[in-house]
Amino acid sequence: MAFEYPLARPPAEAQRLPLLVQLHDWVVTVDHKRLGIMYICTGLLFFAVAGLEASIMRWQLAFPNHDVVSPAVFNRLFTMHGTTMVFLVGMPIILGLANYLIPLMIGARDLAFPRLNAFGFWLSLFGGLLLYFSYLGGEGLTGAGTAPDVGWFAYAPLTERAFSRGHSTDYWILSLLVGGIGSVATSINIVTTVFCMRCKGMTLARMPLFVWMLLVVAGMILFVMPPLTAAQLMLLLDRYLGARFFDTQAGGSAVLWQHFFWIFGHPEVYVLMLPGFAAASEIIPVFSRKPMFGYAAMVGATLAIAFISMGVWAHHMFTVGMSAMANAFFTASTMLIAVPTGIKIFNWLATMYGGKIRFATPMLFCIGFLFQFLCAGLTGIMLAASPFDWQLSDSYFVVAHFHYVLIGGLLFTIFAAIHYWFPKATGKMLSETLGQWHFWLLVIGFNLTFGPQHIAGILGMPRRIYTYAPGRGWELWNLLSSIGVAFQALAVLFFVWNIIRALRQGPPAGDDPWDAWTLEWMTTSPPPEYNFETFPEVQSRRPLWDLKHPHDPDWHHE
Amino acid sequence: MINATAHTYHAEPTEEALPSRGRVGMVCLIATEAALFSIFVVAYLFYIGKSLIGPYPAQVLEVPMLPTICLLASSATIMLAERALRQGYGVLFKGWWFLTILLGVAFLYATAVEWYRLIFTHHLTISTNLFGTTFYSLVGFHAMHVTVGLILLTLVLILSLCGYVPQAQSERVAALSLYWHFVDVVWIVVFLVVYVIGR
Repeated sequence: MAFEYPLARPPAEAQRLPLLVQLHDWVVTVDHKRLGIMYICTGLLFFAVAGLEASIMRWQLAFPNHDVVSPAVFNRLFTMHGTTMVFLVGMPIILGLANYLIPLMIGARDLAFPRLNAFGFWLSLFGGLLLYFSYLGGEGLTGAGTAPDVGWFAYAPLTERAFSRGHSTDYWILSLLVGGIGSVATSINIVTTVFCMRCKGMTLARMPLFVWMLLVVAGMILFVMPPLTAAQLMLLLDRYLGARFFDTQAGGSAVLWQHFFWIFGHPEVYVLMLPGFAAASEIIPVFSRKPMFGYAAMVGATLAIAFISMGVWAHHMFTVGMSAMANAFFTASTMLIAVPTGIKIFNWLATMYGGKIRFATPMLFCIGFLFQFLCAGLTGIMLAASPFDWQLSDSYFVVAHFHYVLIGGLLFTIFAAIHYWFPKATGKMLSETLGQWHFWLLVIGFNLTFGPQHIAGILGMPRRIYTYAPGRGWELWNLLSSIGVAFQALAVLFFVWNIIRALRQGPPAGDDPWDAWTLEWMTTSPPPEYNFETFPEVQSRRPLWDLKHPHDPDWHHE
Repeated sequence: MINATAHTYHAEPTEEALPSRGRVGMVCLIATEAALFSIFVVAYLFYIGKSLIGPYPAQVLEVPMLPTICLLASSATIMLAERALRQGYGVLFKGWWFLTILLGVAFLYATAVEWYRLIFTHHLTISTNLFGTTFYSLVGFHAMHVTVGLILLTLVLILSLCGYVPQAQSERVAALSLYWHFVDVVWIVVFLVVYVIGR
């Protein structure tokens, strides 16, 4: 898989500053690129932690009646794993990508509010640290509990004072509250940047799809984060001031918490997933050597997904016992959302169709994403049918489904994005060989881990159990699943090795190693602090194509 | 006319007037705050009539007409202040701005009096029943926003008395007054939900 990299410029004379000065620069920075990198590094760091938690759980479940960790520790592990992966891995990485790329892609020098941006990042980071501080500080005066153990959706009334002593649940609440405020701050920043900071000629209809989709994501965060914040404020009032919101003995409703949580929780899935789509929509065209098929349809489908996703939340609650009307409505709306998602998949396929595909690592990850996300979508449609859900809700089938979404879909596109934009951010190329090892090990490991879980789920294995008796037919599937973890861990090690190796001795990347078309490839790698010496002017959706092909620019055809 | 605006394909980048950052940022903040309030409003509506023990809203709530008029009037005065600044009448701006703050303080004072009466006369606290829980959280959350607004307004007043708010800052003042209008609109919703529907 060798392609010619354009000759790189000699790197700008490296200024050797003392380490303390460099660190200080990182702490006080308001530069969107540095903050973006810090967001992504934060996410990857927590990814390693949460991955370790998952590995311990898989080791515990590898054999029946296995006794690696106690039930209480297991409860903490799955709570921390879920909370970490959604709030401390997914959110920082997508916000980091948005931070780094949006100003570059729209030809701006920074986000609209750089200091607010730094504020948002530090809130997110310390929110995350607060969650893990619970292992030390969650003891509380009553001496009960350490880390939160109420599950990542923390159903009431389990979280009320009477059932969750100590401060572990409070750490869960406060950590997400703080991180949520950070996410909202950054989202306000993103929306404002996209509306107010575009360079000359960059109309909305010419923005890269990545920017479009992250604009929609930021808009969604503005509306879906508050329900969680509000519900958590209510829970805090319950726990500290004796309010009755979720106190069932005073007439409060535990189901209300579920509604509020999932009004946040389901759109959140799309908040995480759309940036994955966004990265794929940039990478697939570049590596297929064709413009994106159906730009307008992609934008429309994104808006449709954002809109419909606000009205599907109760499909997480089919087993609670809602009215037949509600079941029918949420089944229908959930199936409806498959339509715009399907449009997107067909658009990506149509982009690849007839293209001159380069199977470089970013593209491999995107192709893996397409296949695995399709599986996730199909099991999603199965679970959307409420009678089917009554049978399989809270089983390993559901676990398999959402890991196909979030790992097979999101994580693969995040790795694609990192491989694709790493040369831009660092000026160094990653190794293709190591990248391919990373990809294939992850494909094998991921499918080996989560494929068998579908079957274990259909055979009746409930989620969140800490062990199981032999003889139910679950042994093989669990063992396979646990073996898969080893492959995934190995894949991640290859990734880390690749990054370290590239930073030390990677070949210089040049401005535009992939022969791409969006504005971020116009400036140097890494870009200077001010991004562009002069503001670029845009005449079509692929400004760099126009520059490279002055005889046949895109604006002749658009 | 379609013909007047239609254009053929051309190489010149199209010029688009971009909106002001402060205003867009504030609109985003308002949108997200509105979502936050709507959840508290839903909780209030959901729990109407579900309290197991008294006191109940009909027994203890009185419609706060005067404070409501104060708060709504403050929306008008801030608009006049904003216009005065835009047109360069500094003294007039300070006057209207000060009046806005006074009206806001009057509203908060009325809330304090109401809460004092509910707590000490009717023994209704946040933990008494679902009515107390939802009432204090929704009204309190709004009052908190009024307080934040008043702090910001006072800051601007102090800055303007020191001469730091010239006409050129009117765009920023406009963004702040958007927030104040939002706080007022939320009160209309809270008023309807708590004192009209919920009573």
